[in-house]
Amino acid sequence: MDLLRFITAGSVDDGKSTLIGRLLYDTKNILADQMEAIERASKSRNVGEIDLALLTDGLRSEREQGITIDVAYKYFQTPNRKFISIDAPGHIQYTRNMVTGASNADLAIILVDARHGVVEQTRRHSLIASMLGIPHVIVAINKMDLVGNSEDAFLEIAKAYQELASKLNIKDLTLIPVSALNGDNIVDRSVNMPWYTGETLLSVLETVNVLKDQNQEDGRFSVQYVIRPQTEELHDYRGYAGRVQSGTFKKGDLVKVLPSGTESKIAKIEFGGNEIEEASVLESVTILLEDDVDISRGDTIVSINNSPIVSQDIEALVCWMDDKKTLKAGNKYVLQHGTARSRCSIRDIEYQIDINSYEKLDEVESLKLNDVARIVLRTAQPIAYDPYQQNRANGAAILIDETSNVTVGACMIE
Amino acid sequence: MSISVKEVSDISDQEARRSSPDYLDQLEAEAIYIMREVAGQFERPALLFSGGKDSITLVRLAQKAFAPGKIPFPLVHVDTGHNFIEAINYRDELAEQIGAKLVVRYVEDTIKAKGLKEQTGKNASRNWLQTFTLLDTIEEFEFDACIGGARRDEEKARAKERIFSFRDEFGQWDPKRQRPELWNLFNGRIHKGENVRVFPISNWTELDVWAYLKRENITLPSIYFAHERELILRDGKLLNNTPVIEPDEHDQIVKRQVRFRTVGDMTCTAAVESSAATLDEVIAEITVSRISERGETRIDDQQTEAAMEDRKKGGYF
Repeated sequence: MDLLRFITAGSVDDGKSTLIGRLLYDTKNILADQMEAIERASKSRNVGEIDLALLTDGLRSEREQGITIDVAYKYFQTPNRKFISIDAPGHIQYTRNMVTGASNADLAIILVDARHGVVEQTRRHSLIASMLGIPHVIVAINKMDLVGNSEDAFLEIAKAYQELASKLNIKDLTLIPVSALNGDNIVDRSVNMPWYTGETLLSVLETVNVLKDQNQEDGRFSVQYVIRPQTEELHDYRGYAGRVQSGTFKKGDLVKVLPSGTESKIAKIEFGGNEIEEASVLESVTILLEDDVDISRGDTIVSINNSPIVSQDIEALVCWMDDKKTLKAGNKYVLQHGTARSRCSIRDIEYQIDINSYEKLDEVESLKLNDVARIVLRTAQPIAYDPYQQNRANGAAILIDETSNVTVGACMIE
Repeated sequence: MSISVKEVSDISDQEARRSSPDYLDQLEAEAIYIMREVAGQFERPALLFSGGKDSITLVRLAQKAFAPGKIPFPLVHVDTGHNFIEAINYRDELAEQIGAKLVVRYVEDTIKAKGLKEQTGKNASRNWLQTFTLLDTIEEFEFDACIGGARRDEEKARAKERIFSFRDEFGQWDPKRQRPELWNLFNGRIHKGENVRVFPISNWTELDVWAYLKRENITLPSIYFAHERELILRDGKLLNNTPVIEPDEHDQIVKRQVRFRTVGDMTCTAAVESSAATLDEVIAEITVSRISERGETRIDDQQTEAAMEDRKKGGYF
């Protein structure tokens, strides 16, 4: 059984929390005491029936305002798969949270209210899903009961969405008419919409193939830590601890260490102190090389015939996340890419992208919270990267403010 | 008691890897990655160890992350004086077996040194007080990162916390000002005096922890398995009959066959009636259980709807 991470995105009243509540409820993942707590809370708030949305409303500050203010995680499973649901708030000033949640998602569920169709937030959420390279997108057209479960209403929204999606980079798109409130087409097939013959939401979640989304081609291993026990029996032991970001590594493989360019051969791969034959994508292992080369945290070990780009000049899409300071050309930050950190300076804001109209805006002076733009930056040390859309793990980077130490930008290197 | 933590099992690793991708392998790889980020990014990290199953899991993950080397940071325990003796013994034996440095600091000492007032009356607990001891310990050793075994499935406030959870110089968590956590790029940059709490098993569920303990063949403190014990029956919950809990006229002293599903302070951890004597039986029981872990056994979370949120803002793990 494997693991699927998915994010849900929607406007404030699209019924996102109800949808997650419904998924948990219909897959029997709500426990007795949690159910009692919701019943108690529903009663005290006078909402009549049980409000499944209360399952995902976490903090008191949120409950008071009736909105979700931060990324929340829920865990559930069916006999076929384990799921991590990432709940990203739909509230307008928290777009940075959706970017945060989307960065680790294999799949996105974008909610559309059947009464309103494709709205500004749908466009925004879809752009973020596309920009962050989420391979699978499900558009759940919700509240179908409020439009008479009409097939025409569904088809009209589906057509509008497909037109929008054609401007984006969405590899696998599924549209499903649902009612989270009534449980139609979430886990169980709807009797109210017999015209819909496609899959239910859960069925897509359970069967989507995430293994083939991983980059299995380009061998990339970012060194986190050097293991040197320096005991008598392990006197010369020097193991490079890290995680395979993409591709596969085997004993005997010829490799190159970047940014220095030194070449060597894999003498041994270990996991938990035991030798293993090969390490594939996302595995945390230790690599030992035949030659005594100088490697430290921040270096990348790559397959010898398949190198990433090594450069100090980088162009990237950035989502700006700081609500206090703006990004301007000339500003300096710390760029964290893999395990490498380097100071960098912003050379230029090439253009900003209007995340609602998808238009490019030229001559932008500065970026504020939630702005998306293409920027040019120069790093103090060379960075070994791949374009993000080819390799999510080795094309992602964050910008850190040097004085506050806060993460202020999400970069997708182009 | 024998603890089989020394030899990191080779057979189970190889077999589990062949049938990949398996969710336990995925969770394990992620947790090891996080452990190594801590060792790579911080000067003086520590692993908060209580003798409970979650921190026992952390120790195994840390062993695997740094093998064949030793764990490059100490195990730290804040002893409330209300801990189960079985967990304390386990803690000491484990630290000795794996050759880890163990730091123990006592809430009792903090109470004396600071003249703190303890909660009194029914359900009094040192849960809130241990925050003071923890913050003092962090200051004493200048720890810049503390690894903890909290999981997001445990509780609502934890469901919203980052894996690298930034704390200011007073140890406080501010849910509205958390750093965005993107991809697997953890930002552990801090100023002197601040620290980061790190939760490598954030994405594990209770059942995942049990499944992992079984797969790794890890021995647990005996209180996790069914045994006969004298207990205080209070408001439908079974508490250990110990001098640190004073029974009142409504309480009943009973003898039952029980196990503990979580191992916190005796004052706020209830037992569950059970005949599960092995890991397999415990897993079977939890799989069909209709009540969540903290809901069943933690009295501290049930006092208000936002009990954990408030404790975390004050510097609790």
